Amino acid sequence: MTVGLVIVSHSAKIAEGVVELAGQMAASVAIVAAGGTDDGGIGTSFDKVQAALTAAESGDGVVVLCDLGSAVLTAETAVDLVDAPERIRIADAPIVEGAVAAAVAAQGGDALDAVVAAAEDRVAQPAAPAGAGTALPAGADTARLEVELENEHGLHARPAAELVRTAAAFDAAVTVEGVDATSLLRVLALGLDRGRRITFEASGPQAAQAIEAIEALVRARFGE
Amino acid sequence: MTALDGAWTRRWFEGVAAEVSRRKGELTALDRAIGDGDHGENLDRGFQAVLGKLDALDDAPTPGAVLKLVATTLISTVGGAAGPLYGTAFLKGAMAAGDRAELDAAALVEVLTAARDGIVARGKAEPNDKTMVDAWTPAVEAARSAGGDVRAALSAAAEAAAAGAVATEPLVAHKGRASYLGERAVGHRDPGAESTALLLRVAAETA
Repeated sequence: MTVGLVIVSHSAKIAEGVVELAGQMAASVAIVAAGGTDDGGIGTSFDKVQAALTAAESGDGVVVLCDLGSAVLTAETAVDLVDAPERIRIADAPIVEGAVAAAVAAQGGDALDAVVAAAEDRVAQPAAPAGAGTALPAGADTARLEVELENEHGLHARPAAELVRTAAAFDAAVTVEGVDATSLLRVLALGLDRGRRITFEASGPQAAQAIEAIEALVRARFGE
Repeated sequence: MTALDGAWTRRWFEGVAAEVSRRKGELTALDRAIGDGDHGENLDRGFQAVLGKLDALDDAPTPGAVLKLVATTLISTVGGAAGPLYGTAFLKGAMAAGDRAELDAAALVEVLTAARDGIVARGKAEPNDKTMVDAWTPAVEAARSAGGDVRAALSAAAEAAAAGAVATEPLVAHKGRASYLGERAVGHRDPGAESTALLLRVAAETA
């Protein structure tokens, strides 16, 4: 089971497009569109949102992404009237970037709070960011990798999502070019192109394993 | 009449449906100036749906039952911010009315206060944000200080709401679609405050 997503937009096309985009990186996440009014116009439909909340709930909770103001009001009203409002969270995040980041987090098995945090780009920062001079915790290890990016389109959304999943799987704080490698939005914001030399750094008990796994991932061109 | 019963509540919303239908072009024009230009059509769709559902009520519904039906219908059919806002208002109003058969002036003030509080909680707007709160808040205060007569309370609320709607004209919007416009919203009346004034004026006229 995974956390589900509901995309609430004034436009049916926007909601469906976001579902399509986010779904590309999260095959097993229930992502449900609730766009437009009941008669297909521009606006939001309480009934569509309510139905989508039910369809996206597999037992682990639902994160809702909204576009403009009344989408949030409609979603909040729907949440007020469901049986278990504590299992539904409305993310304060841009609808496209937030949905993609939340989908990747949900696909990786993150719990409700972590999926919301990913959408809102509040993922925990590495305990010891590279070069910050912070003292490492006792027994902590560090590892470093410098490689050239061979992927034709650079580190675009799909390979970036693979990196985020890999980095998050170890008990280590991992950075790529100094930013948190478990934050999809931050990794994408780096705009890493083909041929670029990039540096990964890890610290923590599983730093070496994390870097090893990332090296294997880079060599496999992130599965592309 | 000294108290407001379910028949009045029903008459109120039948009147609102007729008045919204008559003035939808005007409400939409206000919304076209500083919003997304659908307030009149959205409210008309919602209140026409309300008309269709009022027949399903008992012969002698309580005010609370009518308010609840109006609330759920608006939430489901309006399609813009006014749906959840008015829906929440009337739902909270219905809860405040409870199963009373009639509302006296004190109960009316409770209902109006609960409705206003519901809108504030849902929309997170404050007075002077250029929203319907600018009509609701003076209306509640006027009804509260109008004394013991329900008609006097409703008339006072209607007048205060109308003045509150006019007073939104010089404001810069801080909530809703108009907030994207900054200074350009100045000089235009808030459509939600205007529809609130309409609702309360019909309430006074049907009492």
